[in-house]
Amino acid sequence: MADLLQLIVAGIATGAIYALVAVGFVLVWQTSQTINFAQGEFVMLPAFFMLAAMKFGGASFPVAIVIGFLLSLIVLGVLFKRLVVDPVLRHGVLPLVISTIALALFLKEAVKEFYAAEAQPFPALANSNITLGGAVISVQNLVIIGVAVVAVVALQWFLGGTRTGRAMQATAQNPMLARVLGVRVNRMILYTFLINAALVTLASLLVSPIYLAKFTNGETLGLAAFIAAIVGGFNQVRGAILGGILVGVLDNVVAAYLSAPYRAAIPLFLLIAVILVRPQGLLGRAEERTV
Amino acid sequence: MKLRWVFAAIAAAALIAAPFALKTYGVYLLSMWAVMSIAAVGLNLTLGYAGQISLAQGAFVGIGAYTAAILTTHGWPLPVAFVLGPLLCFVVGWLLGYPALRVQHHYLAFVTLAFSTLVFLILRNEEWLTRGIYGISGIPRPNVLGFAMKDPRPFYFFCLATTLVVALFAWWIVRSPWGRAFMALRENPVRAASLGVDTRRYTLMAFAIGSALGGIAGVLYAPLVQFIDPSPFALGLSLNLLLMVIAGGSGYFLGPFVGAFVSVLLPEWLRFTEGLYLMSYAVFVMVLVAFCPTGLIGVGERIAAAFARRRAGAATAAQDAVAR
Amino acid sequence: MTPVLDVRAITKRFGGINAVDGVSFEVHKGEILGLIGPNGSGKSTLFNCILGQLQPTSGEVRVDGTPITGMRPSDLNRLGIGRTFQLLQVFPQLSVRENLILAGQEHQGSMARRLFGPRDAGLTASADRMIDFFRLAHVASHKAGELSYGQQKLLDAAMAFMAGPRLVLLDEPAGGVNPTMLVDLRERLRAINASDAATFVVIEHNMEFVMSLCTRILVLAEGRIIAQGPPEEVRNDPGVIAAYLGK
Repeated sequence: MADLLQLIVAGIATGAIYALVAVGFVLVWQTSQTINFAQGEFVMLPAFFMLAAMKFGGASFPVAIVIGFLLSLIVLGVLFKRLVVDPVLRHGVLPLVISTIALALFLKEAVKEFYAAEAQPFPALANSNITLGGAVISVQNLVIIGVAVVAVVALQWFLGGTRTGRAMQATAQNPMLARVLGVRVNRMILYTFLINAALVTLASLLVSPIYLAKFTNGETLGLAAFIAAIVGGFNQVRGAILGGILVGVLDNVVAAYLSAPYRAAIPLFLLIAVILVRPQGLLGRAEERTV
Repeated sequence: MKLRWVFAAIAAAALIAAPFALKTYGVYLLSMWAVMSIAAVGLNLTLGYAGQISLAQGAFVGIGAYTAAILTTHGWPLPVAFVLGPLLCFVVGWLLGYPALRVQHHYLAFVTLAFSTLVFLILRNEEWLTRGIYGISGIPRPNVLGFAMKDPRPFYFFCLATTLVVALFAWWIVRSPWGRAFMALRENPVRAASLGVDTRRYTLMAFAIGSALGGIAGVLYAPLVQFIDPSPFALGLSLNLLLMVIAGGSGYFLGPFVGAFVSVLLPEWLRFTEGLYLMSYAVFVMVLVAFCPTGLIGVGERIAAAFARRRAGAATAAQDAVAR
Repeated sequence: MTPVLDVRAITKRFGGINAVDGVSFEVHKGEILGLIGPNGSGKSTLFNCILGQLQPTSGEVRVDGTPITGMRPSDLNRLGIGRTFQLLQVFPQLSVRENLILAGQEHQGSMARRLFGPRDAGLTASADRMIDFFRLAHVASHKAGELSYGQQKLLDAAMAFMAGPRLVLLDEPAGGVNPTMLVDLRERLRAINASDAATFVVIEHNMEFVMSLCTRILVLAEGRIIAQGPPEEVRNDPGVIAAYLGK
């Protein structure tokens, strides 16, 4: 029983990280029809910004975190939108998918070439453990859950409670109408990219101590984010959160009791099942037409 | 129109002459180009002509490769793999088409992505069959009609011949009524259905044939590299093949050949940038897609059309001048 | 005599509203039935129920006695039922001739025979006949996307007729077509109706077009039939005038 509690907490913590990444993914898709196949690499990169700040800039960890955030906002937010998305978006979804696939390769190789190919240790946010009802739970996991909750609550407040946030939601639902109503759609889309950059940086900060910082991290994280987004509901932020936690818990709990080599298959089966039975996801609104 | 065939003839001549001017590694690369072209032709049929997005083509190359590897390392001749591999891929591809009847576009992309990853997991985990991460080594080159294909040059011509056969087959399909039905399926499935096109059957067939061609590519891939392990057949190859089809020109017949050329050979030519070669390749693709979304063949067509218009304009101007 | 089209008490409910409310009518061989009514009267919904695009909440549709309610569009085509769409739906990347060949190729034979048969499925002759009939010969080899709107509309209509259907449903065929082309279109439709004894049902807003083309008119308002009969009768029916102008 204690083991199960441990697994569930660990699952929720991993799931919280997936949720952050999935939310950013869904927001970007909703407002600009961009399927960012480089989202996993977006989570991999900020950790290296921070490591570089500490190694080459001699910054302390807190300062490095700030530098990492700023660099991510610029590179993964502004530059991504202006240089990669804007020129390609008018050609359709598929060319943009190709672009982000190429971008993922670019970011991976850049880190491998300019920093290191081996896994790098990353400072943890907490190191102790607490015991709860016989289960040993790492404070790190609790911190992750806490940070993620704060981030999501802040995001929901921003989206629902501020004028800019509501303008962003309008852009996501109906960009043409939003434009007619005076919403500066292009700016709203930029804000979405910036929010995504912030979310992936946060996720990077939370996940790198556990998995170490490695240029290949993007592959598994990206896939988990896609699955979380679709399972939860590709057109709903709340869905992405639920999807993330579901995938995280499933991954940890079921994998412990089932064969380890096929651990990665479980989220995949969940994905296939959801797409075929309820493509709009568990919380999403129906929108898809079939042949 | 005629210009295209002139280019094709020059390219064909180059393809036949090149191996005599290149060293072993160059011939190996050309063979790899031929193999990847076959897989890209298959994906172009499914995606370019029939409009069904598939991120699973790499998995079918893997199924074909492992079929060939397992059979030939147990003494079976390669022709058996040439039958079994594509047949297996045809059946599995047909099954993969069923999700396409329910969902389209990005949802279909993710289903095929999940499928591709599942195939990779099976290849990696079922060690009793595939030897897992240790891979299968010592895959023999075939003996075709008494000719040993051990050396790179004869094997290259074998690959080239197979590519030609596949190209002719694809040309036949595309030019037949099936090709027309596929294009209707891509452009406007609702209208196509109202005209009697059995959209369900054609969708499944598009997946099945495309996947079978991926299988053929795999069957050639195994003896080419002579050692396979699961890692190339993870998502990476599927994404790379998608890139080839789009960069070459989705829906154009010669697109996959050009795309495979770009994907296989361009990184090699960029090696002079040393560690940056993959990064340069990635930047090239991003720029290409931004400026030529219809792919390189699409750009070629636009240039040809511009020339034709200018020539027609010059002709009419000349006529007007004479008339006056 | 079995009517070609027999619509029996079709009702389609959306939420709390009956978009189509117990509509019944018959269409006999060779007739050109016009279906008119103010916006929102349920004409397109009725069409979609007949053509399998929507499942009616209740009621039945029969073609030459065969029940077809809810059949898939591709099966309907093989039964000899064709349609055109309100929004132009030709295949812009294919040539005019290719569009027509496509429209006819799936009507007979099996998929397998089609693969091994001739490239044009033996339809070039009938496609050319259709091209001549609809006076599109000068653009026959052009891509359909390069044609003018009116020409595309003619092609759209031609495609519906390629399979030699016995019943064709036309959804606003005159929409957006200039007056000269309209005369052409109406005349071509009358000619096909006469030569093949094909039966038409036409939804239209263009009163002049509908009144001059159709042999009988059905007026729909708020999902129900409010008038039926020859064009002159319907045109002067006070109920119809009220429905259009409001009470």
